Amino acid sequence: MTSASVVRLRTAPAALWAARSWRATAHAIMGLPIGVLTFTLVCGLPVGAAYCAGWSLLYASTDDWPLTATFLLLTVVAPLAVLWSLPALTALQRRRFRATLGVAIPALPAGTGDGPWPVHRARAAGTGDGPWPVHRARAAGNGDGPWPVHHARAAGTGDGPWPVRLARTARAAATWRQAAYHVLALVIGVAGAALTLAFWSAGIGLGAVLPLQALGLLSDEAWWPVTAPTAVLAVAALLAAPWVARGVARIDTSAARALLGPSRSDELTLRVESLARSRADVVAATDAERRRIERDLHDGAQQRLVSLAMNLGMARANLTDAPGPARQAIEAAHDEATQALAELREFVRGLHPAVLDDRGLDAALSGIAARVPMPVRLSVAVPQRCSPVIEAIAYFVVSEALTNITKHAGATHAEVTVDRTADGLRVVVTDDGRGGATTAGAGTGLRGLAQRAASVDGTFALHSPVGGPTTITVELPCVS
Amino acid sequence: MRIVIAEDSVLLRAGLTRLLDDGGFDVVEAVADADHLLRAVDEHRPDIALVDVRMPPTHTDEGIRAALVIRHQFPAVAVVVLSQYVEERYATDLLSVRTNGVGYLLKDRVAHVTDFLDALRRVAAGGTALDPEVVAQLIVRHRPDPLERLTPRESQVLRMMAEGRSNNGIVDALRVSHSAVEKHISSIFTKLDLPAADSDHRRVLAVVKFLQSWPGLAQ
Repeated sequence: MTSASVVRLRTAPAALWAARSWRATAHAIMGLPIGVLTFTLVCGLPVGAAYCAGWSLLYASTDDWPLTATFLLLTVVAPLAVLWSLPALTALQRRRFRATLGVAIPALPAGTGDGPWPVHRARAAGTGDGPWPVHRARAAGNGDGPWPVHHARAAGTGDGPWPVRLARTARAAATWRQAAYHVLALVIGVAGAALTLAFWSAGIGLGAVLPLQALGLLSDEAWWPVTAPTAVLAVAALLAAPWVARGVARIDTSAARALLGPSRSDELTLRVESLARSRADVVAATDAERRRIERDLHDGAQQRLVSLAMNLGMARANLTDAPGPARQAIEAAHDEATQALAELREFVRGLHPAVLDDRGLDAALSGIAARVPMPVRLSVAVPQRCSPVIEAIAYFVVSEALTNITKHAGATHAEVTVDRTADGLRVVVTDDGRGGATTAGAGTGLRGLAQRAASVDGTFALHSPVGGPTTITVELPCVS
Repeated sequence: MRIVIAEDSVLLRAGLTRLLDDGGFDVVEAVADADHLLRAVDEHRPDIALVDVRMPPTHTDEGIRAALVIRHQFPAVAVVVLSQYVEERYATDLLSVRTNGVGYLLKDRVAHVTDFLDALRRVAAGGTALDPEVVAQLIVRHRPDPLERLTPRESQVLRMMAEGRSNNGIVDALRVSHSAVEKHISSIFTKLDLPAADSDHRRVLAVVKFLQSWPGLAQ
């Protein structure tokens, strides 16, 4: 005998009285009327109406046409009523699982057939429950980022006139899975309630016989031979009843999870959505962090350094009669300070130029292009601005590519072209250097560029034959 | 020479005030934001307004916008804009009003005291002081050749003007109507950004532009 089954045997009497068993029993019993109700609404009514309509058309006398018409009307109306009531029935079942078993059936992702009905609307608004990170993510921010997933969802949940929405709901796989559960609920409800009730009543009923006999109230001779088996049966039924109730609850739960919860592909969709969103959040957070650092340096270190350089400049201009060594020290300090200021400016502007927020990519790019120690030809045609994050990445791409060219390419000219494509931003940086650049090489920064582009589903292409020229093409999605 | 300073950093404001006082300027008021700057300029009518670009409340381009207002409303006040970074776009804005009495310098330049004071005096006297960095940014931009915007027929007309033909000569050579030639020519003037001030002169300017576009002719 394994240790697990020993434990199970030992805990069996305790399990009999555990709250969980009573809740499972309540769940199974409640399943019967609810199952009957859902089956009637989802399957019984439409099928019954269709059957009656068919029967009336074939066999009823023509005098009975009002009845036939009523059946025909019912045949048409009942399936619509099913579609209408499905979400409410699903919600009812979900509530039963939560109330009796404390089980949360995961919600369906938006737009997959929970339909445009009030229940669904309430959930979409962010009041949704369940352990799904997506819910939290969706409730937290319905940003208008440039993300394809967001776009896709927006396309999928669009509302329209109600017949369109109804048709969409009828077509959705989730609708049929829900309907299947509501039909199955009758089987589970009847069988589950019957089994559970049978075991409990056998245990309690037979158990009640023995004390009655002991008190002599049941002194029929015929009972004596079956006393011992009755006692055994009663104990066995009482011990088994909790497990039966829990078994029914378990089967019901897995059926509900499979049919009322998201399917495997729904789950993957949700997962992808959640990942895309969290990645977008990370990218945006990084961008915000760069801005914050730029701002802090601008308001702090840079101003102090300007002030220092200015004071040293005043000293240098005014203290012309100071002794030689002192004057030299001041001059050296002044040169040092202006040098530090230039370096800091270079660095801070690379983080995030304020003019980028203010005037856009076009205005910001001339700053970096001008500071490269070689002739750069810049042409920018971006009539419509992209989101700040995309602009920041495009700026970073140009900045990094030009730095790269300066350091490694041995080029004499470079050209930067930025333009809007149908749904994106294309950045092309070309140089006439020695070529042979790869993203694999250490310290070229090209891999970082590819990663920055990939972080927003952009593409990165490098064309760099040995001997040059090198062309970097980065395309970024830009839904504005 | 009377000057108003707008700079939100207390440290720099005090430093600039001292620097300018020592340099023989009369700092009539030093303020921390654009609203106070406009009020101070209106009140004191100084010779120069020295303006930082990034100031409260948004810390983006308040200084530039205030400088533009000053250039429009107080043409007698010279404006020098100081900034941690100089941007070609802001310079273009400033110069679009008038090219005299305007300066746009990196804050770094303040450290070279005599050069800086010279630049201020030059601007106050109606001159211009653009940071070398701004000029570099202006050069970097690829501006499409205006001649590229001409249609083939307009190029043909311009070529004939360069050859010294009159309108009648062009009408004869191209076998088109008088009004068509006149329409082409006015369209050429528009595309080459030649203002309608004195029309005889415009014909020469257009030809000059055309000749300059030939490789080897441009100096």
